[in-house]
Amino acid sequence: MARITLDHIRHAYGPKPSSEKDYALKEVHHEWEHGGAYALLGPSGCGKTTLLNIISGLLTPSEGKILFDGADVTGRSTEERNIAQVFQFPVIYDTMTVYQNLAFPLRNRKVPEADVDSRVREILEMIDLSDWANRKARGLTADQKQKISLGRGLVRKDVNAILFDEPLTVIDPHMKWVLRSQLKRLHRQFGFTMVYVTHDQTEALTFADKVVVMYEGEIVQIGTPVELFERPRHTFVGYFIGSPGMNFLPAKLAGATVTVGRHKIPLERAPTVAANAKVEFGIRPEFVRLGREGFPIQVLKVEDVGRQKIVRTNFEGHLLTAIVSEDAEIPAEPHVTFKQSAINIYADSWRAETEG
Amino acid sequence: MEKTWNNKAWFLVLPVVVLVAFSAVIPLMTVVNYSVQDTFGNNEFFWAGTDWFSEMLQSDRFWDALFRNLIFSFTVLAIQIPLGIFIALNMPKHGIGVPVCLVLMALPLLIPWNVVGTIWQVFGRVDIGFLGHYLRVLGVDYNYTQDPIDAWATVIIMDVWHWTSLVVLLCYAGLVSIPDAYYQAAKIDGASRWSVFRYIQLPKMKRVLLIAVLLRFMDSFMIYTEPFVVTGGGPGNSTTFLSIDLVKMAIGQFDLGPAAAMSIIYFLIILLLSWIFYTVMTSHDAQS
Amino acid sequence: MLELRNAEKVVTGEYHIHPTSLTLERGTLNVLLGPTLSGKTSLMRLMAGLDKPTAGSIHFDGKDVTGVRVQDRQVAMVYQQFINYPAMSVYENIASPLRIARQNKATIDRAVRKAADLLKLTPYLDRTPLNLSGGQQQRTALARALVKNASLVLLDEPLANLDYKLREELRLELPKIFAESGAIFVYATTEPTEALLLGGNTATLSEGRITQFGQTIDVYRKPRDLLTAETFADPPLNTIEVVKTGGDFQVAGQSAIPVPSHLASISDGPVTIAFQPHHLSFRSSVATAASMPVRTLISEIGGSESFVHVDFLGTRWVMLEHGVHEIEPDRDISIFLDTRHLMAFGTDGRSLVIPMAGA
Repeated sequence: MARITLDHIRHAYGPKPSSEKDYALKEVHHEWEHGGAYALLGPSGCGKTTLLNIISGLLTPSEGKILFDGADVTGRSTEERNIAQVFQFPVIYDTMTVYQNLAFPLRNRKVPEADVDSRVREILEMIDLSDWANRKARGLTADQKQKISLGRGLVRKDVNAILFDEPLTVIDPHMKWVLRSQLKRLHRQFGFTMVYVTHDQTEALTFADKVVVMYEGEIVQIGTPVELFERPRHTFVGYFIGSPGMNFLPAKLAGATVTVGRHKIPLERAPTVAANAKVEFGIRPEFVRLGREGFPIQVLKVEDVGRQKIVRTNFEGHLLTAIVSEDAEIPAEPHVTFKQSAINIYADSWRAETEG
Repeated sequence: MEKTWNNKAWFLVLPVVVLVAFSAVIPLMTVVNYSVQDTFGNNEFFWAGTDWFSEMLQSDRFWDALFRNLIFSFTVLAIQIPLGIFIALNMPKHGIGVPVCLVLMALPLLIPWNVVGTIWQVFGRVDIGFLGHYLRVLGVDYNYTQDPIDAWATVIIMDVWHWTSLVVLLCYAGLVSIPDAYYQAAKIDGASRWSVFRYIQLPKMKRVLLIAVLLRFMDSFMIYTEPFVVTGGGPGNSTTFLSIDLVKMAIGQFDLGPAAAMSIIYFLIILLLSWIFYTVMTSHDAQS
Repeated sequence: MLELRNAEKVVTGEYHIHPTSLTLERGTLNVLLGPTLSGKTSLMRLMAGLDKPTAGSIHFDGKDVTGVRVQDRQVAMVYQQFINYPAMSVYENIASPLRIARQNKATIDRAVRKAADLLKLTPYLDRTPLNLSGGQQQRTALARALVKNASLVLLDEPLANLDYKLREELRLELPKIFAESGAIFVYATTEPTEALLLGGNTATLSEGRITQFGQTIDVYRKPRDLLTAETFADPPLNTIEVVKTGGDFQVAGQSAIPVPSHLASISDGPVTIAFQPHHLSFRSSVATAASMPVRTLISEIGGSESFVHVDFLGTRWVMLEHGVHEIEPDRDISIFLDTRHLMAFGTDGRSLVIPMAGA
């Protein structure tokens, strides 16, 4: 278990980066606590895999240092860093049994056979493969194979960190639920430092204590799932987290009142915004209430997705999405109100801080 | 993946079927015809039944040639397969080295067989050959035209030089299909070089290795041109393999009947051994 | 109209598709929903004519097309992998099926521009696919399928390789695009949420069998059997085996859940009860909610909602609750079940009573 320090790391794939644009990973400077569960979340090409490869030692960053518990490991190889990694596609040793697959990392390190046995049995129990211990690994299903990969990552007690590279991609939705909650339980139990790369917000939010949202080579926000949901620092976070994402409406700001179209909406506190900044009013669909009071809207489309309804509406000429529960009725002359505490104001795409 | 259903595709195969009938089936039947008859010229044939076959199977000459052939094939396999794997493992996987290596590897395969023979025949000569001369200079008493062991060594080294590339190329194709994640995972698991080979590379190469072993066995068992050019089967009968013996018998001595019987036995042996190889290796595959 | 009449596919003695009868109308979107290896792709291959059914027949607009080659049918396919011609521009990629059909230049140009416009590809027409994002590559493949003007368009998990957000965008656009065309669309997916977002009709598949076919929301709300209900639930369906005794569902002789009015008519005996995770709640929002003593296991916070895993009399359930709920594991608490939504299945897995519609 280790504390991971990313010290002014930048990376460019080209030989001589001249401008900011050449960097696949723009400056990252953070410290990750030991025993934490971190998720790197972002669309493809955002630099999350680059960052993971830098942590695993597959890539040496163009600039900056990486430290494990204060010790510089920038120049060290993957083996020397003593980490475990689970890949997108299950990596298993076909010719070995399930048991041998799990014992492999331990036997390679000359762990006494008695310890190997007790540890492997413990892991088999945890990943629910005890009954399959002596089966050859090649005939198993995708999710069983991925469980083995997972198990091999967990089997060593002394690893500095476990890295996950979109590990649930090939898993069916039902199995995803099972594996995800198992992973979470394992983290609780062992307290490994875990770094989980994904483009799927549900996976990131449910797995991690801290989610690192990346966009175009930059970390735009590091926060708890709740922070990302309630207070996205950047419009990208608002859009990317949540399904559907946050509503953004062009607005004007005067003190503690924001104006959208013809309507004035009072805020809890006055945000600080630069004079010429482009102001946007941000509200999550979950906090848009549909009823008979408030501002009039026009309903464009209602999508019944089973447990809830997604209502697309026209509010002052802009698309405004609301989420209502499956039992809710949509009134004939619909109006909306916004949960005041859930309103965020954005100036040039960044969230405006409020005074006091 | 299931096959696409379409009966018309059979028409596409028709020309090949006709061609194979002319090039393989008809000559084969001619040989069968010769093997059960005797002739004294003038195109007159007498029924000989299985006489030629029993004569063949009782002759020392046949068994000696067969034995030499088997020794040759197994020696060649024992050298070429491990060597081929070893070279394939050490070939570069990225960059400019890849095409360079591939071309170098393919070169021996592109040279016509009789030319390979001629090259080595000259190469090994003690008077003007580079190899023969310098072995002499180094004090090795080497002469493939007189010493049976030298002759064998020459023929085997020649075959290794000629055909190891094939094994290399097949294995290389198997190796490059292994995703990088496997090597990465193995590193992380602390696997030794041997473990990586044993548990990742070898299982992935298994299928192509099966093909390599089969091809090399059949080819080496049928070897003719190169030893014929280099040693002509000598000194004595020391490098007279079945095919060389067969030609001697059929064309040198014009014993068409025995030669035909021998070809059929030869053909059946190859078929049988290939089948055994294939069954053993695929059943092993299915078990694991 | 595409009709499968008792079509089946047997490969080496094993049923890939059990005898299936299915009618798909023109201008409809039909989702095939089921886990990996449930037969979605096999069924699509039968529909496309890539495979011939072992028995039964396939009809198109009343005409028997069993055994008619795929080339001679009006079929377009889009796969999970983005399949485009790498050396051709996006324009040429979209135009390719029309060029093969020897259409004239003006017609091709018009069709390509229309499809590009629909799929938001107009700015990229001169680029080659390798210079596009995954989403744009898949849009190109979709445009090529649409421009063909095929009467049957088959999409085999077309969004599976895309980023979450791109998937969301395309999912929203696809029904509109489908509505513009008069073709029959068949869309395979493993994700229940995707089926619900797409709407249209859904056929749930399990082990080579269609378990139910109908309007998507109807199949979701009124599954005819437990298998369908389980296939069509994400998060997974909560179930428990109980014995109905008068007004109670009992577990191990203890009364566990009160029988709601819509299930009162089923006869006493063993029953499997099932319900969706969002019908469990910390709060008792309706009068019909039943209080359930559970032990907490773990909670997953998903931003707007939390997934709380609990144990009820030895059975594992998931509760989906709005808001953030960080729960201490291994605590005994009470949660509430909205019994109006309970589904009941007999020992044979068949639904005993259809739950209240739309409730």
